[in-house]
Amino acid sequence: MRRFTLIAVPYAWLLVLFLVPFVIVFKISLSDTALAIPPYTPTLDFSSGWAGIRAFFAGLDFENFTFLTTDDLYWKAYLSSLQIAAISTVLTLLVGYPIAYAMAQSPDEWRPTLMMLVILPFWTSFLIRVYAWMGILSNEGFLNQFLIWTGVISEPLTILNTNTAVYIGIVYTYLPFMILPIYAALEKLDSSLLEAAEDLGCSRLTAFWLVTVPLSKQGIIAGCFLVFIPALGEFVIPSLLGGSQTLMIGKVLFEEFFSNRDWPVASAVAVILLLILIIPIVLFQRNEQKQREAEE
Amino acid sequence: MRRFTWFNATSLSFGLAFLYLPMLILVIYSFNESKLVTVWAGFSTKWYGELFQNEAFLDAAWVTVKVAVMSSTIASILGTMAAYVLVRGGRFNGRTLFSGMIYAPLVMPEVITGLSLLLLFIGIGLDRGVLTIVLAHTTFSMCYVSVVVSSRLVSFDRSLEEAALDLGCSPFEAFRLVTLPIIAPAVISGWLLAFTLSLDDLVIASFTAGPSATTLPIKIFSAVRLGVSPEINALSTIMISIVTVGVITASLMSKRATVRQQREERAAERAAD
Repeated sequence: MRRFTLIAVPYAWLLVLFLVPFVIVFKISLSDTALAIPPYTPTLDFSSGWAGIRAFFAGLDFENFTFLTTDDLYWKAYLSSLQIAAISTVLTLLVGYPIAYAMAQSPDEWRPTLMMLVILPFWTSFLIRVYAWMGILSNEGFLNQFLIWTGVISEPLTILNTNTAVYIGIVYTYLPFMILPIYAALEKLDSSLLEAAEDLGCSRLTAFWLVTVPLSKQGIIAGCFLVFIPALGEFVIPSLLGGSQTLMIGKVLFEEFFSNRDWPVASAVAVILLLILIIPIVLFQRNEQKQREAEE
Repeated sequence: MRRFTWFNATSLSFGLAFLYLPMLILVIYSFNESKLVTVWAGFSTKWYGELFQNEAFLDAAWVTVKVAVMSSTIASILGTMAAYVLVRGGRFNGRTLFSGMIYAPLVMPEVITGLSLLLLFIGIGLDRGVLTIVLAHTTFSMCYVSVVVSSRLVSFDRSLEEAALDLGCSPFEAFRLVTLPIIAPAVISGWLLAFTLSLDDLVIASFTAGPSATTLPIKIFSAVRLGVSPEINALSTIMISIVTVGVITASLMSKRATVRQQREERAAERAAD
């Protein structure tokens, strides 16, 4: 009896507040927009019995999905989200790998401190960390002032409200997610392997490419997915740092819902985003599985 | 004995500078006299004064803390139950679906979670306010709690529980007297994680909050959309300081707890010999 309660309570909670909402999103994505409350049709009407239920299913169609393929805005937004997420993931890897590498190489007594310094920003509000860059990247911002002061440039660079600012924002906020799995992989690396490679005539750089990088592959893959997956649906960064030409699907969905009040189209946008995300999520799960099996 | 090489020291300093300089600049400019955030006009704490007179911000802060305390507490209970079921529950019908529902919210884009919950609340006719935000936050943060707690449950010695059962404890007593004290640090870190996630959340709260309840991130977001403001810098500085003090205290405490536990374990081993 106790076991049943233990299972049933969290199970029911997740069913009602996680699974059922998705079914509703899916259902509304097949509905039509209407000038009513709620602003879509059909709504399920149990009072008229079977006829009501039949009428309900007859009213559902894939019109919104067809609409998404005909309007440029949407598929361009999906493509540009994929592109922005992919470029930022690569940039995060380039910034994060040397840091993770240096952490793994550092003296033992330094490691807990370094670890905490990398994790600490993660506990700080995401919104504030993105906001901090607004003051740095704007035309009169800190970065431009600094560059003009040092004489590198004479005219301020326009960075805020461009895709460059979005890349910087994603790299900055997701950097800990890249560093930690790579660090975890590098920390386990047996340094005698590198010594062996050097004894056998490898230069340090070749040894790094042939030994260190392949052995940290799992960490690199995990880190890349941990950055790519949330970056794809990102809303805060493109809306604060990006410009009007920055198209990201999270922002489109938010605006479709709140500004245009087009619930069926917003739901259809969400369903497709979910379908796109399934691929990297499944690949990520498989990578984690492999890692667990390797450890056992 | 390993030492920092020139390359490693450089990449660490650049990395940490990249992580901390933006926040440092934000903190420094919160003490700026000028309304123009980019021009330094002397030291002043006047923005903090104005912040504490801004009723709207104070109300939103109060709502945010209430929501965070409630949702993280419920999430810790549900998340611990879920973790226990996943690690110790054995087989039952629908286990795959259950573990799927635990892991899915971790990778779900916030816009989708928020949209789907809003549609549910409208569908069942629940007025949006504190309650709906608490329900939404509990749902995603219980999954984080259960991941943290299950990693602790997996690693601990199951024979301790079995010993308690052999000595006549009921399963519930064994949980309360043996399991719970051992997993307590994980439950506490899960609670802290849930609390921070709730404090930070903008997107899901935007979907599930109604006109009667606005959280601090929603207020901050609508203010900073118009540009940088010194009041928001002051608010950010306060939030950054709270988090810094909190994280450092928590890590010192957990370090002390580990040391004490190791000492007790050694003492117990000696006594057993």
